[in-house]
Amino acid sequence: MATFLVRRSIGAILVCIAVTFVVFLIFIVVPGGDPAQRIAGKNATPQNIINIRHSWGFDQPFYTQYWVMLKKMFGGNLVSYTSQQNVLTQIVQGMPATFSLTIGASIIWLFFGILVGVLSAITAGRLSDRVITVLALIGISMPVFWLGIITRYYLAEGGLVTWFPDGEYVGITQSPVQWLSHMILPWLVLAVLFIGFYGRVLRGNILDTINEDYVRTAKSKGLTPRRILVKHVLRTSLIPIVTLFGLDFAAVLGGGAILTETVFDLHGVGQYAELSINNFDLPPIMGVTMYGAFFIVVFSMIVDLFYAYLDPRIRPT
Amino acid sequence: MEPGGALMAERLLEVEDLSVHFATVDGTVKAVDGVSFELERGKVLGIVGESGSGKSVTAMTLMGLTRDVNAHFGGEVRYKGRNLLELSESEMQGYRGNEIGMIFQDPMTSLNPVYRIGEQIVEAIQAHDKVDKRVAKRRAVELLKQVGIPNPESRVDDFPHQFSGGMRQRAMIAMALSCNPDVLIADEPTTALDVTIQAQIIELIGRLKDDFNSAVIMITHDLGVVAEIADEIIVMYAGRVVEQAEKRDLFYDPQMPYTWGLLGSIPRLDRPKPERLHSIKGAPPSVINAPAGCKFRPRCPHAFEKCVDEPALENRVEKPGHLDRCWLDVEVKRALRDATISGDTQEAA
Repeated sequence: MATFLVRRSIGAILVCIAVTFVVFLIFIVVPGGDPAQRIAGKNATPQNIINIRHSWGFDQPFYTQYWVMLKKMFGGNLVSYTSQQNVLTQIVQGMPATFSLTIGASIIWLFFGILVGVLSAITAGRLSDRVITVLALIGISMPVFWLGIITRYYLAEGGLVTWFPDGEYVGITQSPVQWLSHMILPWLVLAVLFIGFYGRVLRGNILDTINEDYVRTAKSKGLTPRRILVKHVLRTSLIPIVTLFGLDFAAVLGGGAILTETVFDLHGVGQYAELSINNFDLPPIMGVTMYGAFFIVVFSMIVDLFYAYLDPRIRPT
Repeated sequence: MEPGGALMAERLLEVEDLSVHFATVDGTVKAVDGVSFELERGKVLGIVGESGSGKSVTAMTLMGLTRDVNAHFGGEVRYKGRNLLELSESEMQGYRGNEIGMIFQDPMTSLNPVYRIGEQIVEAIQAHDKVDKRVAKRRAVELLKQVGIPNPESRVDDFPHQFSGGMRQRAMIAMALSCNPDVLIADEPTTALDVTIQAQIIELIGRLKDDFNSAVIMITHDLGVVAEIADEIIVMYAGRVVEQAEKRDLFYDPQMPYTWGLLGSIPRLDRPKPERLHSIKGAPPSVINAPAGCKFRPRCPHAFEKCVDEPALENRVEKPGHLDRCWLDVEVKRALRDATISGDTQEAA
């Protein structure tokens, strides 16, 4: 157990470093990325640009620049090229919105994803299964930016009704009611995609598991259909869902719901990433990527630990 | 042979003209077609046949495990006088495990990998007996001891993957017997096991049958498996019973050429070694478009004109109760048979 954790932690750190290096490299290679020119603005003289390049260290070799950036990042001293604001402060400011979005949406998508999967599996081939399948495919196919704008227009901006506030984030400590009413639409819009996807995956898993010999054994013992479904079929069918959920949850928590955050103007970490990418602003992109990578590696570790709990065959003895 | 022969034989199971047909996109699969047999307490019935002969479907149907929207059943399966085919699904649950227990071919996959052996036995007990979990667990330990698991007190908390194949099959048997069923169905219980373990498992089933005062249906493709343990043997081919006899008669006076083929394909140490082990030429017929007449005709080296009509399953030899489906004259047949089983003749391909 201890060796497992140590080994995985070392691996996780290496992954994070590799990620920062790749992001950095992309910015060196990509054309039009000269940060000095961007900082200097449209009407800068060539001398201005040279001065900026020198004072920000852009004339240094790339490995020196990379090293300086790493040092700044782990010291929490990364500063945006455009707004000159501290990246860490910006990320921390975005976290409440991102966390609210992730936790709420993930509860919805996990609950309804499992419900949809179980319902369509136990009625496989019948009308309800087909209806659910079509709905799930529609859910998977609807792009978040489109669904987000549509729901905003019809449900928040008076296209049909004005039940919900039109975007932006209100802190839960500020006003729990306002927080909730601001979050409902983003939660639903983000969850729709995952519900369809989880439902399909779970349906397939259940239909595979139902044909397992041990399910036949369970039946031959005279167990009730409900007990067979919950204790013998679902228990194993849910194992792959755990992986999906762990990684999806981490990705959204790490600012991966860029579209949802931007469409609903939540000012979360994802939207911060979107702004920085628009401005070609390397330090915040590095910061957000690192922040996202952190959640991904941590949650994939948690998923592995949870796996050992779920499946005794891979438990270290 | 049977202990307490003075007692009146108690008929536990009467299967009468059972048919199981499945509707598929390719047509109707007649998996089981007109099968009849009886089972008395204390007896072992062997059902023998190749893959696809309908022996497993017969067994699963007794347990109500073949129920499906596409399955159609005919005939009757009477357990202690009650027709199981007419029971509702929830009534059937009361019989599964409680009155009829079943063990399966592959003990590697028949136990749920994520639950402890003990948990799975306790679950079976609690499905029918409303007993405390601790009581049920004590019974699980006792059962594991009865099936010959060493250190049952600690092994009861093991997971299936910590058991060897033979031990898993023992655990399966313990689980199937946990509610003291009157009939135990063993569907190829030794096929996935090593030869040395096979003999132990068969011996165990025979002993437990007496300990639990039950009856056993042993399903196998290997006549060697039932040679020791069975009282009566049914040979199935393409969903039909083709021969039915007491064990001694089936082994010493088999009437169906198909049965000869099965007997001939067992390696024998008490006879001269043949060039090659005998095998039955060809493959079992499709049960969707079964050939008219005798189902074995296309593979039978002794088929003649009469075989285009299917012979009835009836008694043709001196011994009553020995039934077969073959048109050949009994004396002609006996002469042909001795040649076939000892492997001296090369029959036509």
